Amino acid sequence: MNIVVCVKHVPDAQGERGFSDDNTTDRENVDGLLSELDEYAVEAALKITEAEGGEVTALTVGPADAVDAVKKALQMGADKAVHVSDDAIAGSDALATSLILAEAIKKVGQPDIVLFGLASTDGGMSVVPAMVAERLGLPQVTQVSTLEVADGNVTGRRDSDVASETLVASIPAVVSVTDQINEPRYPSFKGIMAAKKKPVEEMSLGDLGVDAGQVGLDNASTKVLDTTKRPPREQGEVITDEGDGGKKLVEFLAGQKLI
Amino acid sequence: MNTSFLAADNLTDEYADLQKMVRDFSQKVVAPVSAEHDKNHTFPYEVVKGMAEMGLFGLPFPEEYGGMDGDYFALCLALEELAKVDQSVAITLEAGVGLGAMPIFRFGNEEQKTEWLPQLASGEALGGFGLTEAGAGSDASGTKTTAREDGDEWVINGSKQFITNSGTDITKLVTVTAVTGESQTSDGRTKKEISTIIVPTSTPGFTAEPAYDKVGWNASDTHPLSFDDVRVPKANLLGERGRGYANFLRILDEGRIAIAALAVGAAQGCVDESVKYAKERQAFGQNIGAHQAIQFKIARMEARAHAARSAYYNAAALMLAGKPFKKAASVAKMVASEAAMDNARDATQVHGGYGFMNEYTVSRHYRDSKILEIGEGTTEVQLMLIARELGL
Repeated sequence: MNIVVCVKHVPDAQGERGFSDDNTTDRENVDGLLSELDEYAVEAALKITEAEGGEVTALTVGPADAVDAVKKALQMGADKAVHVSDDAIAGSDALATSLILAEAIKKVGQPDIVLFGLASTDGGMSVVPAMVAERLGLPQVTQVSTLEVADGNVTGRRDSDVASETLVASIPAVVSVTDQINEPRYPSFKGIMAAKKKPVEEMSLGDLGVDAGQVGLDNASTKVLDTTKRPPREQGEVITDEGDGGKKLVEFLAGQKLI
Repeated sequence: MNTSFLAADNLTDEYADLQKMVRDFSQKVVAPVSAEHDKNHTFPYEVVKGMAEMGLFGLPFPEEYGGMDGDYFALCLALEELAKVDQSVAITLEAGVGLGAMPIFRFGNEEQKTEWLPQLASGEALGGFGLTEAGAGSDASGTKTTAREDGDEWVINGSKQFITNSGTDITKLVTVTAVTGESQTSDGRTKKEISTIIVPTSTPGFTAEPAYDKVGWNASDTHPLSFDDVRVPKANLLGERGRGYANFLRILDEGRIAIAALAVGAAQGCVDESVKYAKERQAFGQNIGAHQAIQFKIARMEARAHAARSAYYNAAALMLAGKPFKKAASVAKMVASEAAMDNARDATQVHGGYGFMNEYTVSRHYRDSKILEIGEGTTEVQLMLIARELGL
């Protein structure tokens, strides 16, 4: 069972995140790390290969620093990594990213499962897994909080506000998992040392046969025109109980259309 | 010129990655449960299990004994990160490695190492070291616990005090110092012969008495131990007979570097918490961090932590290079424990009334840090050792 886990290097959510002058994510002034939601995908992949055998390849697209994302996956236990990097990629939207990922996956050799996390913790769009599935012509089982592999199928449960759906797809398939699926492991020191010896293959757009005119900020199909900093959180309203606290609470909740 | 000496902002990849990983673990796994374990005086089994899975208990040991093939400095980095948020957790690791496993690794024979190290290095089991008694601490000549030979066995009687990790559900052994005989010195005095013996905690007659009610380190497991005709095989003698205390001194020397690292973590944790709080808390129309009185206090705290860190990095670098490190270890232990105590006091002051509330990290550091000036050799013992190294 060979798995490609697609991971993203994102600005640390605990840092002061912001935008650059061209309205793309500022990656200079905040330390980056493996998107925490992607750790669940790495863990899911490792669990499968530990049970079934096979290899886990961590794949990322991003500037030079983004290699840290796959490095973390290698420390956790992935076997090898691919880092696609090219100046022309900067500012790519989800469509272009999915094209690059799909071509990189083909280049690696079609795996049995392509795994993703729920969303990146910066863009947070959750659309790339479906786009990659479409580009590869594979079935997609997205946003599942359980995952089983048996008899040539993947089965997962997708929980929504109104129902839980059980999704089954034949392998090969594209799967994205939520943060409910497992508890990602911390790399052991042995894992950290071992990761240094694991192969990280660097690829450019040219290696993938992707034309620079299909990707990057100038060719994005959406454009961020402006960003506004979120206003600081205001202090909540304190209701003092002077015998009518209950009534005031209800009025407040009704005023917010919460009841 | 070789510039590969250790420096805080210039750690090589594997050290930096380990530091990052333990920092992350401390914030996400340790910090959320620290106040609760401190309040209830409970041992953080779930945290210890997490540390075990990350291989922290095996950091300085070779792979053949279930270790991680790291080194003592890697252990120090882990201790510093853990102690920023929880000294009890950090001392559990420090004692587990430094006092539980290290004596067996350094002085054990092949059978002893093969039997005990894999379980200790994996963190599946904990070991303690029983040296201190009611009348014996830094001065080992007061040791009253005895081990008498009887056939193929040692018969141990006596008691020990303040033994870390000695009564948890996963404690498997305590290595104890005991008087195994007497010898005559050249000037005709009688000298106690002290040896170290491995005592499995399942041995009849061994009792971990009820845990102490301590000022701090509440989530660390500490008990008095009693030995009532405890019989263990003669093969459990650790190292050479009569070399028990001498062996332990070597363990103490390197243990001081580890305690220094732990103390630096505490000192830095106080800085980090104070900076955070000083940026949030408003007084007289601005953040308290905008007031010079607070800025200078925190700047001084940072300087203490920084200087103490340099001291323990230096001691660790000397030790790893195989150079004499006794004085450097004593200096590091002393300045770091004082930095922790001073910073805990100042951080509590920065936090005002909240700093006096037990659930705040700085208040825990305030209670926890005092022991750093006492355990593994008091400040006075460090001064004595430093003076001795100066030929005084």
